[in-house]
Amino acid sequence: MATLIFAEHQDGALDPATARVVAGAKALGEPIDVVLMGHQIDGAARQAAEIDGVSRVLVADNEAYQHVLAENVSKVLVELSGEYTHLLASASTTGKNVLPRVAALKDVSPLTDVIAIESSDTFRRPIYAGSAIATVKSLDTLKIVSLRATAFEPAGQQSAASIEPVTVVEVSTTSRFVSEARPEGERPELTSAGVVVSGGRGMGNGENFKLLEAVADKLGAAIGASRAAVDAGYVPNDMQVGQTGKIVAPELYIAVGISGSIQHLAGMKDSRVIVAINNDDEAPIFRVADYGLVGDLFEVLPELAQKL
Amino acid sequence: MKVLVAVKRVIDYNVKVRVKPDNSDVDLTNVKMAMNPFCEIAVEEAVQLKERGIVSEVVAVTVGPKAAQEQLRTALALGADRAIHLETDEVVESLGVAKLLKKVVEDEQPSLVLMGKQSIDTDNNQTGQMLSALMGWAQATFASKVAIEGDTATVEREIDGGLQTLSLNLPAVITTDLRLNEPRYAKLPDIMKAKKKPVDTRSVADLGVDIAPRVELVRVELPTERQEGVRVGSVDELVDKLKNEAKVI
Ligand SMILES: Cc1cc2nc3c(=O)[nH]c(=O)nc-3n(C[C@H](O)[C@H](O)[C@H](O)COP(=O)(O)OP(=O)(O)OC[C@H]3O[C@@H](n4cnc5c(N)ncnc54)[C@H](O)[C@@H]3O)c2cc1C
Ligand SMILES: Cc1cc2nc3c(=O)[nH]c(=O)nc-3n(C[C@H](O)[C@H](O)[C@H](O)COP(=O)(O)OP(=O)(O)OC[C@H]3O[C@@H](n4cnc5c(N)ncnc54)[C@H](O)[C@@H]3O)c2cc1C
Repeated sequence: MATLIFAEHQDGALDPATARVVAGAKALGEPIDVVLMGHQIDGAARQAAEIDGVSRVLVADNEAYQHVLAENVSKVLVELSGEYTHLLASASTTGKNVLPRVAALKDVSPLTDVIAIESSDTFRRPIYAGSAIATVKSLDTLKIVSLRATAFEPAGQQSAASIEPVTVVEVSTTSRFVSEARPEGERPELTSAGVVVSGGRGMGNGENFKLLEAVADKLGAAIGASRAAVDAGYVPNDMQVGQTGKIVAPELYIAVGISGSIQHLAGMKDSRVIVAINNDDEAPIFRVADYGLVGDLFEVLPELAQKL
Repeated sequence: MKVLVAVKRVIDYNVKVRVKPDNSDVDLTNVKMAMNPFCEIAVEEAVQLKERGIVSEVVAVTVGPKAAQEQLRTALALGADRAIHLETDEVVESLGVAKLLKKVVEDEQPSLVLMGKQSIDTDNNQTGQMLSALMGWAQATFASKVAIEGDTATVEREIDGGLQTLSLNLPAVITTDLRLNEPRYAKLPDIMKAKKKPVDTRSVADLGVDIAPRVELVRVELPTERQEGVRVGSVDELVDKLKNEAKVI
């Protein structure tokens, strides 16, 4: 039997989380196929074929899949899933949009946001904003699981596996793509960046995020935010780190003007090194910080940018 | 048009959970419970649609123990017109909840089902998608804006890369994200009025839906806690530690 990974792509390039999902899937000890759905995605398919451990890349290339609408993409996965024991994806917004739909159609109880694979049917996943870790055993014959990519080291490279077309065509008649707004940035992507600098309500306004940018520029870092900063409109939603935003685990996480609510910690406490900069020496963020600096961020940030 | 809102009883988001000493599960005895915050946002959206004259009736539904009636009363106090309680003491997984909700949808024939994107206890983020699939309907998850015109809904969604807008044929399932609206607080007179609104209670056992668990909970543990590190006295010291001790820059 085998594992199928539903992989994502953006602007023709493979989602870097794929190599991490493949690494996770290796623990299942079965051949691994990757399926990509979209339009004009040959480049992404080649990248997938070169991930160590991949046996086969299946490509469903059709205009109907261009925007990866859950309604039709899930039907293709249902068609393909018959040959597999495991269907995996990254626990991204796309993975979470699509996999549960497939699960319902296959009468399977899906598992979200798995951080460790213990055996072919037993998985570990955080619950209650990461306050507890549950070990769960799936009794379904097909296991449908999304993996928290940051919990797995990316798989290496190999010489390219075979790439095969998928011919089923499913068109969504109930939903239609209208538009997409992706804030363009020069910065690394939040969930795969080695360094993340995040700002919270303490930043005061969006303009002040420039102070963080100056630090991030020096470190080649991505910029994140707390929910309070996003809700207040300082920065866009895709920067929210936390239980209900993005989960990050960089080498270095610098939290600035963030108090350290349990919901925020859920998204960053697995970072290797955490720095907290806050003017309240009682702020809970200091309890998870390796290095805490009590001070006014408006003084600390310019000095930090200068000294890095 | 009618809207169905699914609400779930969960631990209050301010409470830190404990794990039972035998690691069999989390310990929810005497813990403050509340409506899942994302469900509050779903109720608020439904009520706002009614206030704007787009929706004529808001029906709240929950699957859960007797005590989950409290969350239905909250939904009624916030503006739902009536409620349906599918009562059970069993742990029902998302798949089971989706199947039970499907039953209700078939009876009630709403044009729209509003749900939370995730519950803050299990953090599953799947029930809405599953109901939508079982109905063969369109879905828009993680909604931050909903506009309804005739029999289409235009929904802006929070996705990893930014924002996406979809157009859905109704009926459809929409799950809420944090920025969709700011839920109101129930006022005392509304809480009093809610006590008189109808709640239709049905036993899950009588509905003939297979809710047998497909997932076995093996163990629940606390995560390895981080140790608090050191305080540094200056930016210079911080930069030095990051370079020479942690070696991350
Ligand atoms: C359902 C739900 C989901 C949620 N999901 C998330 C999530 O995914 N991510 C998330 O982050 N939150 C989430 N939250 C919100 C969370 O509970 C907190 O409200 C939020 O994280 C607080 O953000 P903050 O730390 O920026 O703000 P605050 O708690 O207000 O903290 C601001 C901090 O800035 C410090 N400060 C102020 N001025 C300065 C200065 N000049 N210099 C230095 N420090 C300064 C203050 O001392 C304070 O510690 C969620 C909440 C709910 C109910
Ligand atoms: C072995 C096992 C043990 C479990 N133990 C516990 C436990 O101790 N405590 C516990 O709270 N949960 C427990 N659960 C999970 C519980 O069964 C969940 O409530 C279930 O999985 C359904 O909700 P969800 O969290 O998956 O929903 P999500 O997909 O995360 O929620 C999204 C939305 O779906 C709707 N929704 C979800 N559930 C309901 C509902 N019951 N009624 C109405 N609408 C709903 C809401 O609109 C919600 O915002 C356990 C599950 C398993 C398998």
